[in-house]
Amino acid sequence: MLLTGCERQSAVSAEPPQSASPIRTRLLTDKQYVNTITQVFGADISESVLPPIPPIERTDGLLASGAASVGVTSDQISQIQLAAATVAQKVVDEEHRDFLIPCSPESAIAADPVCAGLFLAETGRLLLRGSMDETRLAQLVDVASYAAEQTEDFYDGLALALEAILISPEFVFIVDSVEPDPERPAQQRLDSYSLASRLSFFLWNAAPDDALLQAAENGELHTPQGLARAVDRLLASTRLEEGMRTFFDDMLAFDEFNSLAKDPLVYPMVTGTTLEHAREQTLRTIIGHLLVDEADYRDLFTTRKTFMSMPLAALYGAAAADGWTSYVFDDDSPRIGLLTHVSFLAANSHAVRSSPTLRGKALRERFLCQKVPDPPPDVDFSTLEENENATTARERLDAHNSNPSCAGCHLITDPMGLTLENFDGAGIFRGIENGATLDISGELDGIFYDDVDGLATAMRNHPKLSACLVNRLYAYGTGGPVSLRYDRDSLKWLENRFVDKNYQLPALLRELTLSQAFSSVRPAESSENASIAADDTIGSPIHTAETSPSLAKTGNF
Amino acid sequence: MRKLSRRRFLKGALDGGVVTIALPLLDIFLNDNGTAFADGMPIPTRFGTWSWGLGMSKSIFVPKKTGPDFDLPEEIAALASVKKHINLYTNFHVFQDDAPNLCHHSGWVVLRSGIAPLTRENRPGETIDVAVARQLGNATRFRSLSATATGDVRDSFSYENGNSVNTPEWSPLRFYQRLFGDNFQNPNASTFTPDPAVMIRKSALSAVQEEARKLGNSVGADDRARLDQYFTGLRDLERRFDLQLKKPDPREACIVTQAPQDLPIGLDAGLLSTRHRMMTDLMLMAVACDQTRVFNMFYASAFSATTKPGYDKPHHTATHEEAVDPELGYQPNTSWYTRRAMEEWAYYVQALADFKEGDGTLLDNAFIYATTDQSFAKIHAIDGIPMFSAGTAGGRIKTGLHIDGGGTPGCRLGFTAQQLMGLDIQSWGDKSNNTSSAISEILV
Repeated sequence: MLLTGCERQSAVSAEPPQSASPIRTRLLTDKQYVNTITQVFGADISESVLPPIPPIERTDGLLASGAASVGVTSDQISQIQLAAATVAQKVVDEEHRDFLIPCSPESAIAADPVCAGLFLAETGRLLLRGSMDETRLAQLVDVASYAAEQTEDFYDGLALALEAILISPEFVFIVDSVEPDPERPAQQRLDSYSLASRLSFFLWNAAPDDALLQAAENGELHTPQGLARAVDRLLASTRLEEGMRTFFDDMLAFDEFNSLAKDPLVYPMVTGTTLEHAREQTLRTIIGHLLVDEADYRDLFTTRKTFMSMPLAALYGAAAADGWTSYVFDDDSPRIGLLTHVSFLAANSHAVRSSPTLRGKALRERFLCQKVPDPPPDVDFSTLEENENATTARERLDAHNSNPSCAGCHLITDPMGLTLENFDGAGIFRGIENGATLDISGELDGIFYDDVDGLATAMRNHPKLSACLVNRLYAYGTGGPVSLRYDRDSLKWLENRFVDKNYQLPALLRELTLSQAFSSVRPAESSENASIAADDTIGSPIHTAETSPSLAKTGNF
Repeated sequence: MRKLSRRRFLKGALDGGVVTIALPLLDIFLNDNGTAFADGMPIPTRFGTWSWGLGMSKSIFVPKKTGPDFDLPEEIAALASVKKHINLYTNFHVFQDDAPNLCHHSGWVVLRSGIAPLTRENRPGETIDVAVARQLGNATRFRSLSATATGDVRDSFSYENGNSVNTPEWSPLRFYQRLFGDNFQNPNASTFTPDPAVMIRKSALSAVQEEARKLGNSVGADDRARLDQYFTGLRDLERRFDLQLKKPDPREACIVTQAPQDLPIGLDAGLLSTRHRMMTDLMLMAVACDQTRVFNMFYASAFSATTKPGYDKPHHTATHEEAVDPELGYQPNTSWYTRRAMEEWAYYVQALADFKEGDGTLLDNAFIYATTDQSFAKIHAIDGIPMFSAGTAGGRIKTGLHIDGGGTPGCRLGFTAQQLMGLDIQSWGDKSNNTSSAISEILV
């Protein structure tokens, strides 16, 4: 059947009618814990505790997606309780009580259910991300009163009731609550409080603030205009930067920096501070490019604009003033785009040398959402032994390309990783390696090039690049891994919208948060059935799963 | 809390029980023969695990002799001083059956859980320390403790289920604060004053538990399991609160030191050794103070990225890329890394033996289960995977032995350990890893 122009336009731009994301139960991440405590009580309170949240396993490229399946052990619950007790005691201490508690008790040495109720209702609403029912509130007031009577201290009583909120599963987990969708019979949608949480954790990485909870309470979030108003307010806030920094830190697997170190004998210029600044440089570049300049996402891979600090200046051979300043690499500089940042180069190398394979693998997995398979267990390493005295990495890795059992995987990582060999294991430029000139020509999925500019351009124009960002944002926003069985059409539609909006991130965020997929829900897939992952596996068919960070860090590359 | 209210609370809530209890020190610790504490309570048995990465160089690791008086080939020469305290197990196998051989994963997972994993993300069952902790961990502040020398919070071989890994302590300073900070009740303190807030916490907890239960009814099956786990954790919290209301028994070897300095990030072998020893000292002091009876120490990961000064290959890379020296018959740099691991194992065992307890040592009342991920890492072999144990579990185990497993399942050692710890199990392990055969040679 032929479509008229208008019909075709409508078919392309309309969101697929069955769009819906799974119902989730997510564990708060450590940053979400901190941000929420900061938002409700202030930074000095949140800084008094280490977030008691266990580390979360990266799932389909994101730690945030792992939060949808991670459990909490008994030991971790006891740490959550200790943190809760510390926070609660701080909130009621003499330094904070006057401005964090909205009333004064009639007597500081006795129970005061009215004042306790006022505080617990207000604070509980913010911490539990919705109003408490009367029974729950009464229960907490009873705890506060009983404790105040026992201790003869109103504030100690209040602290124990607050502690009970902070260890409650409704605080520690973000549990989606759903209701029938009146607009779409037989479909379900998030209730307004859950929608507020999904929006706020996505864009701000924190619990909803009072205004967003009000929008949920008065039904605005379930009207198109009200939702748009709320989304636009969140997008216009400076807090969007925190939300997107957290997203890109996750997407780029920058948690690696928490345990990253370089051998001081080999790289004496690289310290822990240098590496922290390398991480920060890339995040500043991303935020500046995408949120401040509202530029094309793809140009992140070719831009020479960045930021510089004193600790980094020595590594880049650049001049720098105190603090962070904007900086532009020269047109003939080998530094072009994110792939040539110290962060990417150093994080995807060994402690003592560079690794073309790790860099190629990271390029595919982080930015193109492709999975590189594990090496087979019976791999023959004898050819590598013969190349042990090779001068350059290209010579050493030549064995990969000449041995069929290696070539299957290494041809999808090494050709682009070798193009980055002008940067050593710490990301410092080198013209030669062990006295030999470096051949940095390469190929990325059929695009051949001679140098790093060519790789950057091939990456910028790669057809999977923008689809991957859409995939990761969708997973991050809806709180778990995407399923190609159910989400394929929604993802394609979103990608088209991203293209239509000139690859601008704020526009994509708006499209996603206002989409039906964001607020409509389908039942959660059980772990037994959720086998269709979103990332494409490339290369060898023996793929088992995405490799663990520790494998990537120490693999035989 | 105000003093008056504390007194009033104790009077009411604890029926006028202890407020301040004076405790004489030293001579009240033990009974006359040193096998039990003075109040008749037996000295508790402890269970520990220790792990190193990337197996061994068989030709210089496996002794020629079995039984007592076994020789110490050069790769394990560092164990000379602790040989009498340990057993070495060789020629035991890990079986993958119909599961893939997942490099550096299948080996440790089978030895810790008894089950071959199907994928790299897959953590089947639960680890042995979790099962043992259910038996031994109910009387202490921490059901179990885990620590890693790598400085990486992701490095743990202890999990409750596929989605719940027991987080290791990775920073010496943070570990110290957790163990001996504000919430530590020194068992040898001359006074004991229960915190009045604890009883109130217990009553508040019931409301939270009710919420957890209600919430679990509103979600899908997988999420319900996670919320049920949370509910179980809250119950465990209740148990901990009960413990805080009881005066802890005095512990002779419990002498809390000053807080340590933290260390920089990095996996240089020297730095790793320093961090391992600091974490070991803290962990074992926690055991000596009876803060836990189940403890996991992680020296290096399965993909160990330990580095050697002046050598450009981290440990894992060296296992694969370094050629076997034709004259030596092994990979010299790879062996250098394994020797460092054996030095740390020796340190760990000696540290346990240095804690005096009764007429013996902490080691005499412990059983330590030490495993790795491969036998010959270069080819990802999991047959003939080496293991160690240390300690006599209260005099029930012979030590100083080299046991040849004759190709039987490595899970036999885990099975033996669980029976020693009092678990009522008739067998352990899945498919070919299943065993009901304890290693009788080591039993007294």
